Amino acid sequence: MLDALLGWGSGAGMLVALWMIFMVAPTEAQMGNVQRIFYVHVPCAWAAFLGFFAVAGASAVFLWNGSRRADRLAQAWAEVGVLFCTLVLITGPIWARPIWGVWWTWDPRLTMTVILWAIYAGYLLLRAFGGPDEAVARWAAVLGIVGVLDVPVIHYAVRLLQGIHPAVITTREGGSGLVDPDMRHTLYVASIAMLLFAFWLVRLRVRLAEVEDGVVAARHALEASEGAAA
Amino acid sequence: MAAPVVVARGLRREYAGVPVLVAVDLEVAAGDCVVLLGSNGAGKTTLLRVLATLLRPSGGALQLFGHDAARRPAAVRAQLGWVGHETGCYPDLTGRENLRFHARLHAVDDARIAECLAWSGLDGAADRPLRTYSRGMAQRLALARALLPRPGLLLLDEPFTGLDADASARLVGLLATVRAEGTAIVMSTHDPARVDELSPRTATLARGRLREGRA
Amino acid sequence: MIGSALAILAKDLRIETRTREGLTSIVVLGVLLVLVFSVAHDPTPSEAPRLAPAVIWVTFTFTGLLAIQRSFVVEREQDCLAALLVGPLDPAALYVGKLLGNVILLAAMQAMVLPLTALLLHVELAGALPGLIVVLLLGNLGFAALATLFGAVAVRVRAREVLLPVLLLPLLVPVLVGGVKATAAVLAGEGLAGATQAIGMLGAFDVIFTTAGVLLFEQVVRD
Repeated sequence: MLDALLGWGSGAGMLVALWMIFMVAPTEAQMGNVQRIFYVHVPCAWAAFLGFFAVAGASAVFLWNGSRRADRLAQAWAEVGVLFCTLVLITGPIWARPIWGVWWTWDPRLTMTVILWAIYAGYLLLRAFGGPDEAVARWAAVLGIVGVLDVPVIHYAVRLLQGIHPAVITTREGGSGLVDPDMRHTLYVASIAMLLFAFWLVRLRVRLAEVEDGVVAARHALEASEGAAA
Repeated sequence: MAAPVVVARGLRREYAGVPVLVAVDLEVAAGDCVVLLGSNGAGKTTLLRVLATLLRPSGGALQLFGHDAARRPAAVRAQLGWVGHETGCYPDLTGRENLRFHARLHAVDDARIAECLAWSGLDGAADRPLRTYSRGMAQRLALARALLPRPGLLLLDEPFTGLDADASARLVGLLATVRAEGTAIVMSTHDPARVDELSPRTATLARGRLREGRA
Repeated sequence: MIGSALAILAKDLRIETRTREGLTSIVVLGVLLVLVFSVAHDPTPSEAPRLAPAVIWVTFTFTGLLAIQRSFVVEREQDCLAALLVGPLDPAALYVGKLLGNVILLAAMQAMVLPLTALLLHVELAGALPGLIVVLLLGNLGFAALATLFGAVAVRVRAREVLLPVLLLPLLVPVLVGGVKATAAVLAGEGLAGATQAIGMLGAFDVIFTTAGVLLFEQVVRD
């Protein structure tokens, strides 16, 4: 029921957002139409950051009470989070190239996103290649928590770094730099749509994990009854 | 009548999604000697590690010395002795240094170290690195290490592997004294004949369940 | 708790001095890395001091990763970890003991590699040394705090040589940034006062992750 709501909701949200991005938001004065990527780029970034905290939260719950549900949620958010983080890192350069003439700058926010992506990737690699040991879930949870604790320090470090290498250009501060109300509304709608989409993907992934666990449990029950009969 | 040393009911444990222990029940009293039999991969090591609180069971209840092992593991661990496949000692340190290290962790005094060294017949080799010990001597050091804190329960995982008849007999003799002092022993082995002298209870692990006697 | 941690530290130091294979190999690696950097860039005496902080920290990072992995391999060899866990030992004490051992090992390695670095990169160490020692100590503690925690994980995984850097490097960015900035300031003659933000950040990192390590180590080391 919830899944259907999320599915249709995000679908509708995306359509509305697309319409607004192209029909409602005005063309930006300096950057032209390329700037419209912004309405995808920023919501993806928010989803990626949300995912990071969600992984940490689910990980903490898992370590606290061993809840398999929390573990599945952590894994799902990590996969969805890395997806959105990748999208940020793709839309960013696509936007940057026509505007600034470079594919990449070491501006604090972009640097932060790369590091976040690397931490996500580490989490997923650990889960994928950590071996059959069921303790892997706990190790990954520790990584999830440590990652989120590191976020503020990395943020500080990355800004400190900028002191040595001056930025190529100065970026706008988040979405608050938007003056035009149409632009702001477009951003909000796009963000809501993207977040709904993220939640939907997470739900799908969690359902998949539940089914996998169900298959394993059924197999156990079968073997147990065989053993008892023998 | 003191509480039984081990009361296990319905222990369950999986590895890589495959159930290794399905529903294991076991009761061990002070001074008991239980030998676990079973084919390779039957789960003897897993069961021993669960009893040692090295692994958490995914189901069932385990009581050690009257305490719930899941809820009060610290109270329980101080009274356990573990001898796994390997010695649990550092090859580059001498026998005495190894024992001294574990003694410090268990708050055991030097007199006890000397006592254990003498009792296990390692006095002469105490100041040589473990690396230079024969398999039999290394096993005796592992046993001495496990017995330093005078545990109420001694768990051994295939302790006779790699030992010749003499070394085996020596080890069995030591285990007999340990048992006589009231320590409960649970061990796994492929060769039950070696421990006949201890007239132990035998139990066989098969398909995740424990049955008394040899299957 | 402190007693157990010190017992573990003493045990590790005794093993290390007995074999000396750990320190030797990481010192050799450190020296080779510095040589490779020098050859690759071939800096002139005027530009070298700007290169030095980065070279120092990258070298120490990679050798540090190797050093810390070894500290847990010791416990795997004869299943010593099991013997430690079946006992009254608090895993937090094991963490602190290992952490201190790793910090000392890193410091020993740096003590040998740093003079060579100064020589090859034409860096004046004399006045900067006290400040440098403080920076290295703060960096070592932060590095070891995380590396000890995840070293215990990596040692149980097959691709451990690759996994540990993959997990740690992004997390250690603040240590690298803070270390490089503070080292640059100290070598430029500004002393620690020239990098208060970096030092503050390193200190905060150390506090946060040593605490996290103490609290989370049990999750990583017990099954």
